[in-house]
Amino acid sequence: MMKIKVTVNGLEYERDVAEHRTLLHFIRDDLGLSGTKEGCGMGECGACTVFLNGKVVNACLVLAAEADGASIETIEGQAGSFGLSDIQKAFEKNHAVQCGFCTPGMVMSVKELLRHNGKPTPEAIKEAIEGNFCRCTGYTQIIEAVLDLTGQGDLKGELKHV
Amino acid sequence: MFDDLKPEALRYVGKSEKKVDDTEKLTGEAVYVSDMKFPGMLYAQVKKSPHARARIRNIDSGKAQAIPGVRAVITGEELAYRLGLYVVDKYILARGEVRHYGEAVAAVAADTPEIARAAVEAITVDYEELPPVLHHMDALKPDAPLVHPDLGSYSYVAAAFTPKPGSNIANHTKLRKGDVDKGFAESAWIIEREYSCPSVQHVPMETHVAIVKWSSGDKVSIWTSAQSPFTVRNLFCHAFSLPHNNVRVIIPYVGGGFGGKAGIGVEPLCAVLSRKAGGRPVKFQASREEEFSLLPCRSALTYRIRTGISSEGKILAQHMTMYWDSGAYADYAVNVTRASGYSASGPYEIPNAWIDAYTIYTNKPFGTAYRGFGHVEFHWAIERHMELLALAIGMDPLEFRRKNALRPGSRTLTGEELTEHSGSVLKCIDTVAAAISYGKITKEEAGREKRTGWKIGKGIAALQKAPAMPPFTATAVIIKMNEDGSVTVNLALTDLGQGTYTSIRQIVAERLGFVLEKVKISFDCDTEKDPYDWQTVASKGLFLSGNAAIIAAEDLLKKAYAVAAEVLHVGLRDLGHDGDKVFLRHHPARSISFSSMAVGYMMPNGNGIGGPLIGVGKYIAQGLTNLNKETGEGHPALNWTFGAHGMVVEANLETGEYRVLRIASAFDVGKAVNPELVRGQAIGGMMQGLGTAMCEGYIYDKEGRLLNPSFTDNKIPTAKDLPLEVECFVVETAQIDGPYGARGVGEHSMISVAAALGNALRKATGAEILHMPIRFEDVWRALRNKKPIDNWITKSPLGSCRSVKDIPSVAD
Repeated sequence: MMKIKVTVNGLEYERDVAEHRTLLHFIRDDLGLSGTKEGCGMGECGACTVFLNGKVVNACLVLAAEADGASIETIEGQAGSFGLSDIQKAFEKNHAVQCGFCTPGMVMSVKELLRHNGKPTPEAIKEAIEGNFCRCTGYTQIIEAVLDLTGQGDLKGELKHV
Repeated sequence: MFDDLKPEALRYVGKSEKKVDDTEKLTGEAVYVSDMKFPGMLYAQVKKSPHARARIRNIDSGKAQAIPGVRAVITGEELAYRLGLYVVDKYILARGEVRHYGEAVAAVAADTPEIARAAVEAITVDYEELPPVLHHMDALKPDAPLVHPDLGSYSYVAAAFTPKPGSNIANHTKLRKGDVDKGFAESAWIIEREYSCPSVQHVPMETHVAIVKWSSGDKVSIWTSAQSPFTVRNLFCHAFSLPHNNVRVIIPYVGGGFGGKAGIGVEPLCAVLSRKAGGRPVKFQASREEEFSLLPCRSALTYRIRTGISSEGKILAQHMTMYWDSGAYADYAVNVTRASGYSASGPYEIPNAWIDAYTIYTNKPFGTAYRGFGHVEFHWAIERHMELLALAIGMDPLEFRRKNALRPGSRTLTGEELTEHSGSVLKCIDTVAAAISYGKITKEEAGREKRTGWKIGKGIAALQKAPAMPPFTATAVIIKMNEDGSVTVNLALTDLGQGTYTSIRQIVAERLGFVLEKVKISFDCDTEKDPYDWQTVASKGLFLSGNAAIIAAEDLLKKAYAVAAEVLHVGLRDLGHDGDKVFLRHHPARSISFSSMAVGYMMPNGNGIGGPLIGVGKYIAQGLTNLNKETGEGHPALNWTFGAHGMVVEANLETGEYRVLRIASAFDVGKAVNPELVRGQAIGGMMQGLGTAMCEGYIYDKEGRLLNPSFTDNKIPTAKDLPLEVECFVVETAQIDGPYGARGVGEHSMISVAAALGNALRKATGAEILHMPIRFEDVWRALRNKKPIDNWITKSPLGSCRSVKDIPSVAD
């Protein structure tokens, strides 16, 4: 066991963790922040995407011990006291959520994209969320949420009535 | 339930309202079973078979039991309970013999997952390996080992299924329509082919997980990531011989199902561990690998089709034989066989049909329901076949489809006559054909071909599906008015993300005439508090629960009107209402608010009348019948949803690589209650269909070990795999008995995507591919190694035994 100190969504935590404990299980089980999901535990699906010191990582591939002293951001830190973040609102408006299991990770990957690119093309958005599997939506409405948020709502499709 | 209302008369139905569960899911507040913990909870792990078939000689769990923190170790020998949806053929843990790779043979519950894992490692199993039967066609051979030698002693649902004891056939579904011999005799052409596809995994992002607490007095509480709370309870109670009111099933948010969570899964295992551990709650969550091999998958299929066609291009007879690979247990696979059997020709009129559909046991992970319930697999075959037939007789595939498509007056395979209200596959076909400029290469496309050196091809595939369900399938909805005049709606249909709750909220608000904000759908499903629903499957949810919701809303209003009439001293006929009050129509100032009646009205002197306002709505499928087991005749279909996909691909003829450039999809949904949700289903299903079409599938070694139980080796589509353009259309031929004219569309978007791809690729490359998934290397192989397909055409006006490859494509 070892003691680590982390800041998660602006709050400080100090905990004893086993050397082999992953950051994902630390966040979910030790801190009780269950918004971050586990889809495979092998770094393939992106459901556990969080920010670690300002960079997105798959939390299942990082050891909690490595995060000692780090600043971490999870889905629980996204909505403020005034309600949903702009990304969350865009997801809601564009019906980008189905079962919701990939959603927290997806929101984090989109946030990372928008930090570097204020007006991403559809291709850039696809690239940014490529590591986040979604089995429900077929990704299109997620991509449209990002386009809408970045002033490119005219690229959005719609259901056509014959 | 359809009133011929103009769209402008509708306030909410037909509008893309926001989903009811978005905020919880977007903030991480939504609690899934994966996220749940209870005081004293134990963690379960299972010991799995490394063999496809073996006798269990001995299991030594002594070392495991001695590990500190281990609270229960259990093996199959202790568990005589057999489970099964339709054929009761599966033990909770293997007993005596393991029947597939990855099957659970022992289980442990411990204080932590780590201890449980260590304990499972410490269990040793002595196996005597037996020769497995791996391919479903081999399993039919007379000398094949029997996967279930005791099949004759199993109980099963006799009204619908026919197991064949002494063989590996778990079910044989028959359908006989007209006179096929006569139809073939009159045919100018007779053409036969065989198509196939492998088993596929559903891949819900949340793997199967349950927590079960077996309390004193055999009271059992189950929290589970499942689709159908009442089916979990029913099967559980049957397996353990418990009274239904002893068992409570709670389903919170569910991280995807797609049919894989339709029935019962890991709940019984958690239950027996909890009982053995003195009633502590036990949680088991499948790892991703276990999701592939311990939990069920979609059945593989081999489909042989022989078709007789008149010289004018009309299908006169079709002989269809389906061989479904059930794997080790029958689960839903027998019903997939049945439902596919009565739909086997796709959306085409076949005057003379002969169908045998077999569900076959093999020593592989078992098959269950998966989005489309067999229709994805057999439409792959039937829609590739339609293409081949058209080309063989020198007709354009689109024209051939149009000529043979079901239309008002057509009779389905089971003899049901379609009407003009049944939906239109023709409109769907024509819509997607126009959308992709079928049959021509546009200027832009020609330019692209020149630029890339890749060849563009276009293909179309149509589809149909009706809900596969018992003919007496029923549901209920309860609407409870709250003190402030808002309402809370309870139902046991689950919302797995497909959005049915959002649509039902719109329907309830519409019928009540209330603002949307006043209507809440209660989220967690609970068999002790919600009214019955059969299962969340089959694209039947919106139809059945939507109708029950309408009836419940009307019941609530009727009860409110009764109180209002008494208070206002007026007749019921003179009353009207808005979102807040019931009033006298010719004198609206005389009114009474809903809130004052919601939990009982108090007269000025304090006397009470009425009582809590609760609307109850129940709905049961109308006019459906069991099918005649010899002929298949009857009425199985609540409704038919028809559709079509048009696909544009470009392919590299050297390497076999290809890209899907465009997909246009059209479905006759009757009424799009929430257009953006319909679009979400259309695109989501299309992408899942592309996964099935392009890359997914189980791969085994020769001993029956699954080689690709991970995302590393079994890819699913990512955002980068999206076609460049996706267009979604709806036709709205109102379903007269559907809620506001609607019919279901949850599964249909996945059906026929693979065939559209196969057809488009053939057009682009000439490759005739009969097996999906179509990987790049399959195209490459097909292009280099064109196998002669002689003897497939046994009769033709041009002489018999012509090879298909010699026949020019009309569209070329």
